[in-house]
Amino acid sequence: MDVVATQESQGKTEALDFQTDPSRYKHWRLSFDGPVATLTMDVAEDGGIRPGYKLKLNSYDLGVDIELHDALQRIRFEHPEIRSVVITSAKNRIFCSGANIYMLGLSSHAWKVNFCKFTNETRNGMEDSSAHSGLKFIAACNGTTAGGGYELALACDEIILIDDRSSAVSLPELPLLGVLPGTGGLTRITDKRKVRRDHADIFCTNQDGVRGQRAKDWRLVDEIVKPQQFSEHVKQRALKLAAQSDRPAGAKGISLTPLKRTVDAAGLHYEYVDVLFNREARTATFTVRAPQAFTEDTLEKALAAGASWWPLQMSRELDDAILTLRASELELGLWIFKTAGNPTAVLANDEFILKHQDNWFVREVLGMMRRTFARIDVTSRSIFAIVEPDSCFAGTLLELALAADRVYMRDTQESESAAALILSKMNFGPLPMVNHLSRLAARFYEDEAQLSSLRDRIETRLPAREALEAGLVTSAPDDLDWEDELRQAIESRAAQSPDALAGLEANLRFGPPESLETRVFGRLSAWQNWIFIRPNAVGTNGALKVYGTGAPVKFNWERV
Amino acid sequence: MINYTEKIPNNVDLGRDRVLQRALEHWQPAYMGWWYDMGPDESHNYEVYLRTAISVEPDGWAQFGYVKMPDYRWGIFLQPRDEKREVNFGAHKGQPAWQEVPGEYRSTLRRIIVTQGDTEPASVEQQRMLGASCPSMYDLRNIFQVNVEEGRHLWAMVYLLHRYFGRDGREEAESLLARRSGDTDNPRILGAFNEPTPDWLAFYMFTFFTDRDGKFQLCALAESGFDPLSRTCRFMLTEEAHHMFVGETGVSRIIQRTCEVMKEHKLDDPSDVRALGVIDLQTIQKYLNFHYSVTLDLYGSDVSSNAANYFTSGLKGRFRETKLDDDHVLSEAEYPVFEVVNGKILAKSVPALTALNERLRDDYIEEIADGVARWQRVIDNADISFRLTLPHKGFHREIGNFAGHFISPEGEVLSEESWKKRESQWLPTPEDHAFVQSLMSGRVVELGKFANWIAPPARGVNNQPLNFEYVRFN
Repeated sequence: MDVVATQESQGKTEALDFQTDPSRYKHWRLSFDGPVATLTMDVAEDGGIRPGYKLKLNSYDLGVDIELHDALQRIRFEHPEIRSVVITSAKNRIFCSGANIYMLGLSSHAWKVNFCKFTNETRNGMEDSSAHSGLKFIAACNGTTAGGGYELALACDEIILIDDRSSAVSLPELPLLGVLPGTGGLTRITDKRKVRRDHADIFCTNQDGVRGQRAKDWRLVDEIVKPQQFSEHVKQRALKLAAQSDRPAGAKGISLTPLKRTVDAAGLHYEYVDVLFNREARTATFTVRAPQAFTEDTLEKALAAGASWWPLQMSRELDDAILTLRASELELGLWIFKTAGNPTAVLANDEFILKHQDNWFVREVLGMMRRTFARIDVTSRSIFAIVEPDSCFAGTLLELALAADRVYMRDTQESESAAALILSKMNFGPLPMVNHLSRLAARFYEDEAQLSSLRDRIETRLPAREALEAGLVTSAPDDLDWEDELRQAIESRAAQSPDALAGLEANLRFGPPESLETRVFGRLSAWQNWIFIRPNAVGTNGALKVYGTGAPVKFNWERV
Repeated sequence: MINYTEKIPNNVDLGRDRVLQRALEHWQPAYMGWWYDMGPDESHNYEVYLRTAISVEPDGWAQFGYVKMPDYRWGIFLQPRDEKREVNFGAHKGQPAWQEVPGEYRSTLRRIIVTQGDTEPASVEQQRMLGASCPSMYDLRNIFQVNVEEGRHLWAMVYLLHRYFGRDGREEAESLLARRSGDTDNPRILGAFNEPTPDWLAFYMFTFFTDRDGKFQLCALAESGFDPLSRTCRFMLTEEAHHMFVGETGVSRIIQRTCEVMKEHKLDDPSDVRALGVIDLQTIQKYLNFHYSVTLDLYGSDVSSNAANYFTSGLKGRFRETKLDDDHVLSEAEYPVFEVVNGKILAKSVPALTALNERLRDDYIEEIADGVARWQRVIDNADISFRLTLPHKGFHREIGNFAGHFISPEGEVLSEESWKKRESQWLPTPEDHAFVQSLMSGRVVELGKFANWIAPPARGVNNQPLNFEYVRFN
């Protein structure tokens, strides 16, 4: 507890590394058998990412989930032959008992919120791969499946529960800890599993959970199987799901080589992404660079480039930067997005990707881009995009501006280098937000007239005034006003309440309609984050605080 | 294209400031349009003996000569910069004074500047018809001087908007020319600046009472941590003194003339006094009651979180902030405000930070009381037993803790009914206005002549004689 408290009091957490590889896994085993991969959870009790707690009973912390995220990436990119993934446990009679409660009890509020966000994104990513990339997931629940363990199962396409008269699925967060099942569980039992609301009510208020036939009757699991038949049944189901997939049989994967990254006091530096910190102003300026030229003009060349193919490398770098800043740079509250480089190369890449998206690799890269940009939308930082002469807000990179809360564009005299935005087909659907709308469609509330007039201008340079008129930028100060307008906008943003801004932005970024994911990030997370700071959870006698100490919980009984 | 340094005297390096030039290219013609429409009626061809500020040096800010008002050189002047100046109060106390707008306070500062700036053209609009009833060429020249300087003060505020607030600032500067005093759909921001100034007694009262509010607001803004605002206001204050001089001496000369007539004819009944073509002291007292109470409202609510925020942010200080002997942070201090409880006016201590409006109002009242005492001496010197008094500060208030209560000038809490019954004894009635205006049915502009209802001043402008041709009508 002391360690965490100290870190919290310094207002800064130590840098975390979201990069890993299978040779460094402590908690998972990844094995392959024909079209089926098996991810076996075998959490090392003493392998917590932070000191102060033991990861007993296959409970997890951020470190466990970073490995899960990495393993999924490996399956996507390095093993195109894999069509279905079985998630199971190496522990006896326990599948997974969810997020480690002692870890939660010790963590700062910011840590808990960020942990939940990352784990949610990983689970959404599984569903994203199932929907878009032909990767199907089976939860082989070979023992107790509690809390976050059941939430992990809920993210799979099928849940198979062992029918041994003792293993149950449960969401005991509320009765046991006084909080919600915050990793999408509460949303998925309704939106995805369509569990009737009164059954869901009983299920979520009962710490023992539900097992056997009732679990199946209530739609909490897809199948219950006796221990004798369990592994064979799982295998058959995995093969059956694999047969429905369009992942290629004979393709060779690409290797996800480690990112080349320099971290110093100035910021984070990658090849295509650079992040500069301004601690005094509490801003982080991202500059994302276009490729030098459009060189990978055939599938063979793109595959040969592999992890260094620009769309993939840029996305991985951006992803890593986003995760690192979210976890470790809490006070850099305003992210400023800039771009640089050759728009022609970006547009050519966009065209190439869209033309070849039925190729497994191109499809995976597009998925990576989609999930990376989607992280921005749910990031609790203010985001301004700055469009200047020589910037490169074209196609894919224009998404950075469309993801921003405000876009400032410099209105210079028209010339070759004047600031311009360029739309590509990439902006009209292939990179949806988690509400399943393109950022343009969300921006204009799906107004078809507006979107179609923008579609007519694909690949046309839009200088500041046209971009302003088209509704793509917030403000277009001219040369004389530019510096001061920008300075004041940034200063005034950075001075406002970080909590209220996070709430405001989350509301404005996601208008109608809702999706399962927006309900997870909006309704579920917002309530959970409120509960997380209430004394009934984290006060001296709060349920989360006293769990495991034997001390009684004392609630304030007022309903708020 | 404007030749900036020629046409617009300034000490802000206008000739080399493209941001400012670009803004003024649009605004300057719009300002001239406003002046032609809303400046003093029928005055555009007059040559007026005016003072013009052409620099901030002691010999530069008061250059006298004949000018047609549309050709007046409205300039932009800031008190020279003190490199060592700091923010002197609030949470940023001790930091170097800001030379640029802190982004965090941009909208607050803009609102403060716009509110101040809006009063300047408003008073020109309120006074534009008074030239037709002036009591002398000397007074006509004085009102024109006040008008052009209010115009210059508008320039001063517009300079800040143009120089420091980008596009928003330019739009606000345009709006300052678009609002109109007393216009139902498009009024000036503050209530008192939508009241008509129907006659010269009202004009003098306005310059004495309401322009002095302007002075106190400028003094508070002169303390601002935003240095350009501070420097602008400090220079404006040098001109504001003349406006208050016009008001104080104007009222004083009317009192003097009334007393002369009362003494000469040994009269004290108001109707007898009126019959001799001068304004009775009772009517003067009513005008005083009105202008004083309406101006007190301009300071805002007694307890104000806005005022506290302005102070804590370092944007607006107290009157003579740096001369005050306290911590200039006011985290612990308290200050009394008044409220009406069960028919009684009771003092209540509140955090001093929230009572800064009330405090500025009290500073103002103190200075006003001195001026009223000087008027009283004119009456006393004539051996007339009449006391001119300042009403209780709760009298006739529409803003703050007294709003909605019916307080007599003596400070009694009355019912609405009994207050209304006596209202005509305290505030000017339509008949009073009609009487005052009946005395001012035409202008008096013969050299050296003064209307019957006002005494000549002790001396002329810039040591010129009283029969000097202050205005050439052409």
